[in-house]
Amino acid sequence: MEKELKVSAIKDGTVIDRIPAENLFKVISILGLEHISNQITFGTNLESHKLGRKSIIKVSDKFFEGDEINKIALVAPQAKLNIIRNYEVVEKHTVDVPDEIVGYVKCMNPKCVTNHQPITTRFRVISKSPLAFRCHFCEKTTNENQMVII
Amino acid sequence: MIKNKSLVSITDFSKDEILRILELAADFEKNPHQPLLQGHIIASLFFEPSTRTRLSFETAMNRLGARVIGFSDVNATSTTKGETLKDTIKMVSNYADLIVMRHPLEGAARYASEQSRVPVVNAGDGANQHPSQTLLDMYSMMKTQGHLDHLKIAMVGDMKYGRTVHSLIQAMADFEPTFYFVSPDELKMPDEYKQFLDQRGIKYEEHKDMNAVLNEADILYMTRVQKERFADLMEYERVKNIYVLHNEMLANTKPNLKILHPLPRVNEISEDVDANPKAYYFQQAENGMYTRMAIIAAIMGVK
Repeated sequence: MEKELKVSAIKDGTVIDRIPAENLFKVISILGLEHISNQITFGTNLESHKLGRKSIIKVSDKFFEGDEINKIALVAPQAKLNIIRNYEVVEKHTVDVPDEIVGYVKCMNPKCVTNHQPITTRFRVISKSPLAFRCHFCEKTTNENQMVII
Repeated sequence: MIKNKSLVSITDFSKDEILRILELAADFEKNPHQPLLQGHIIASLFFEPSTRTRLSFETAMNRLGARVIGFSDVNATSTTKGETLKDTIKMVSNYADLIVMRHPLEGAARYASEQSRVPVVNAGDGANQHPSQTLLDMYSMMKTQGHLDHLKIAMVGDMKYGRTVHSLIQAMADFEPTFYFVSPDELKMPDEYKQFLDQRGIKYEEHKDMNAVLNEADILYMTRVQKERFADLMEYERVKNIYVLHNEMLANTKPNLKILHPLPRVNEISEDVDANPKAYYFQQAENGMYTRMAIIAAIMGVK
């Protein structure tokens, strides 16, 4: 029996599945989806065996390139990507926490120079699970529950 | 190779590079009159007030024969007009051959070193790093103990926020020391440094009472317990007099023990200790000048 789709299918584009429900808007923000004009549909608080409650985003006519999509691994480490062409899944990807995080996370140290001067933040990931990363500038560690997406 | 290298964090220098600096410091102490940098200009940028560190660095620059430009009061600079750190550094690095800087924001020196055309020496960036202090501490240990290996180092006071103790732990890790950390619960050594020591297989003990470790130590490194670090002022009042060193406490300490303190001292070392030959904090400050001559000369490539 075919499963009923909670979010309608797209013809061409990318489906991002297995996003923790509470992090849907962070994913949207990290990928800058609020600034593009593509058709986007999403569903949230959907039932998931793995996550409890998950979100899903479907972006028409958008194909993410290179490391761009790995950025979301910080808030959706189990995310699954399906590349859709003519209603068919033609490729599947998972995401991987990058070794370096540049420009989209704030340093948790209020005295860090990046919080006072126009400087692009930069961190080296020191632990992928639980997530922890060290600021290239002030050398302080920010961990998962202190993480603020810029 | 130290030549042209910035010194932002103590971890920027390898064990061999650190030993090279200490060797040069001894050389400058023997003969402080070495005007090797005549015709060179060094910028001394103090975005935050400092007496000891600035005077020590500027004396070192002058002893080496360099001309010094810069400021010690940020209110007299374009920073007050809103000039960014990047612009100030870009401009100064067009004028000077080396930049020595202190800044209240953490990470400012690393950022400056990436914007500058000339090497940057960090003279303190907030609570983060102060590598010349670490090197002068190590020079003081080397000079008084004859070596750096297997020393028993007791650190007393603020283990949580004290940047000097954190940098010293990192740098001394190459010399297989034993550490004794003595502090109130509020100011215990953070886990990330204890994990670092565990990974390196370095022995350490944590204590609340400094009498428990005084007689074991080769080096007693005192730091200040600052009132502003306590959320609970009652707690501060309770502990403030516990971490004070008095002369009679030194009665049964090792003959080679030396007492270090990054200064300024407030009341954590009683004045009756000053006359004890084991007190070494004032010589330690003097060692700072030779160490800074060594750092500057090595980076400028004249030694």
